[in-house]
Amino acid sequence: MSRSMANRFTPYMFMAPAAVIMAIALLYPLGYMVWGSFRDWNPSQTIGEAEFVGLKNYITLWNDPNFRESLGVTLRFAFFVVTFEMVIGVGLALLLDRDIRGMSVLRTMFILPMMIAPVVVGLMWRYMYHPTVGTFNRFLDGWGLPKIDWLGQHALGSVIIADIWQWTPFIFILSLAALQSLPRSALEAARIDGATPWQQIIHIKLPLMMPVLIVTGLLRLIDAFKVLEVILVMTEGGPGLSTEILALRISRTATEFRELGVAAAMSNYLLMLLLLLTVTMFGFTRWQEARAARIRAAVEEDA
Amino acid sequence: MATRYERQHPAFYALITLLVVMSVGPVLLMFINSFKLDVDIISGATGLIFLPTIQNYETALCDVLWYEPEHIDFCSLKFGGAFINSLIIALISTVLTLVIGCMAAYALVRFRFMGRDTVSLTTLMVRMVPPAVLLVPVFGLWNNEFCLDRDGLIGGLIRDTFGGRGDVCLAGTHSGIILIYVAMNLPFVIWILQSFIVQVPRSLEEAARVDGAGPFQVFFLVVLPLIKPGLAAAAIFTFRIAWNEYLLASALSDRNTKTVPILIVNNMSEFNVEWGVIMATGMLLAIPPIIFTLFASRQIITGMTAGAVKG
Repeated sequence: MSRSMANRFTPYMFMAPAAVIMAIALLYPLGYMVWGSFRDWNPSQTIGEAEFVGLKNYITLWNDPNFRESLGVTLRFAFFVVTFEMVIGVGLALLLDRDIRGMSVLRTMFILPMMIAPVVVGLMWRYMYHPTVGTFNRFLDGWGLPKIDWLGQHALGSVIIADIWQWTPFIFILSLAALQSLPRSALEAARIDGATPWQQIIHIKLPLMMPVLIVTGLLRLIDAFKVLEVILVMTEGGPGLSTEILALRISRTATEFRELGVAAAMSNYLLMLLLLLTVTMFGFTRWQEARAARIRAAVEEDA
Repeated sequence: MATRYERQHPAFYALITLLVVMSVGPVLLMFINSFKLDVDIISGATGLIFLPTIQNYETALCDVLWYEPEHIDFCSLKFGGAFINSLIIALISTVLTLVIGCMAAYALVRFRFMGRDTVSLTTLMVRMVPPAVLLVPVFGLWNNEFCLDRDGLIGGLIRDTFGGRGDVCLAGTHSGIILIYVAMNLPFVIWILQSFIVQVPRSLEEAARVDGAGPFQVFFLVVLPLIKPGLAAAAIFTFRIAWNEYLLASALSDRNTKTVPILIVNNMSEFNVEWGVIMATGMLLAIPPIIFTLFASRQIITGMTAGAVKG
């Protein structure tokens, strides 16, 4: 009797610690933030003392050119980063999908950039981009080429390059894994029918990899909105607002301008954007599972 | 079993070399520069010809060295202390996240219970929350609400003994930072471990249960040993985030609980950047992740693929 009682409570006992921690330190803060975003709130007040102002923070932000600029920078950053990383990463995976010696060593070296602290990545690139001391300008100078003002005029581009350096390997590793789990029979059949390597890639490999690629791309896109430290260390959002992504603006609004309510409202905008992306990803995986099941059924019928 | 390797075009090897140089180059550059004096870095006496010195590391670690380096008058950079803070916070939060996370993952995979779908959907959703979004509420809550009340028993006791404000808050303590790191990493760990637990054959668990093992015994003695690779991967990812995180730590820590990333950023933002010392601190921060990468790259890759493909 007591045994069956214990069994009924087992899942809750396993779940409880995680549920409690996530409720206290994730869900409650998120709710607190939504509540705070309707208030005129500065760090020296508790939330109860702050004045309720309704949607004012949201409306102010929506009409604030700086916020819009920042949103634009974030979207541009995310778009370029994901596009370039996908193209380069998938391209490299297609190129390097061969049986060569030392592939595992190679992969180890490629994941190195991902594991290093964003703060350190920012620091390395800030050094390399340095106008006089930096590696790139010294290199250009050595070849007699004009120096480039990396973190000045071309700040956003430079920041994007650093992110591409750090995260292309992620796409590369995932698409290589996808590539190597493709059904050998389909590739074999194509080869026997005389498909050129290009045809194999365009008509067989890429379509078969597509589900994994889309999920990978969306994951990367969600992560691109989280980038903060690299940019903070490299440019601190400047010059002007040219690299001030939303995450950075939130942190500056909270700590420098001391407007917690506005920062909370901004966080909510960002959260809504990410929620949309997550739901897309979730819906896509569901749809794709259904489709895969249908195709499998069809193939079995054919066979 | 001998694998046959295809012979490749020379251009192919050239490409691979180029890629390796590109991905490892910046790290190597930092490594080399951390052994140079600032004079050498700035004058740019090209490349590899320089006198290596450990002076930068001495400056960085001056608060934990057993001798006093000659070139420093005053030890301003408290790197050693920050390193220890980082270590405490990253290790404890990794262990906690793993234990709590794998229990939750097990419950989600193996049991049908009320609220299961809600929990698993919530876990998936909060995975995308960026640290920047948590900044405002965590700052507010940890400073104002998650406190021992100043009028309460323990708070009053502390005020009487130590003086001060009287209320003790989570902000500025190790536990405060650990709590948010555990919460932040849990969704991800649960997500990754689910895909490993699914693969454990149910028959093994049933056999153990028939032999009289309780649910916790089954979990700790049968399931856990079988998902070691998954645990390793999850541990590395959790450690990486806790070790590298800057933003939340900077909002929550005070002078004594500073972590290494905060120290590096604070030193960066000053005008006269001492490149050598900064590179040395960066290198010290990067060493643990580099070690993991070199020794456990297979687990990392397995974890990454498991995490991404099993959406």
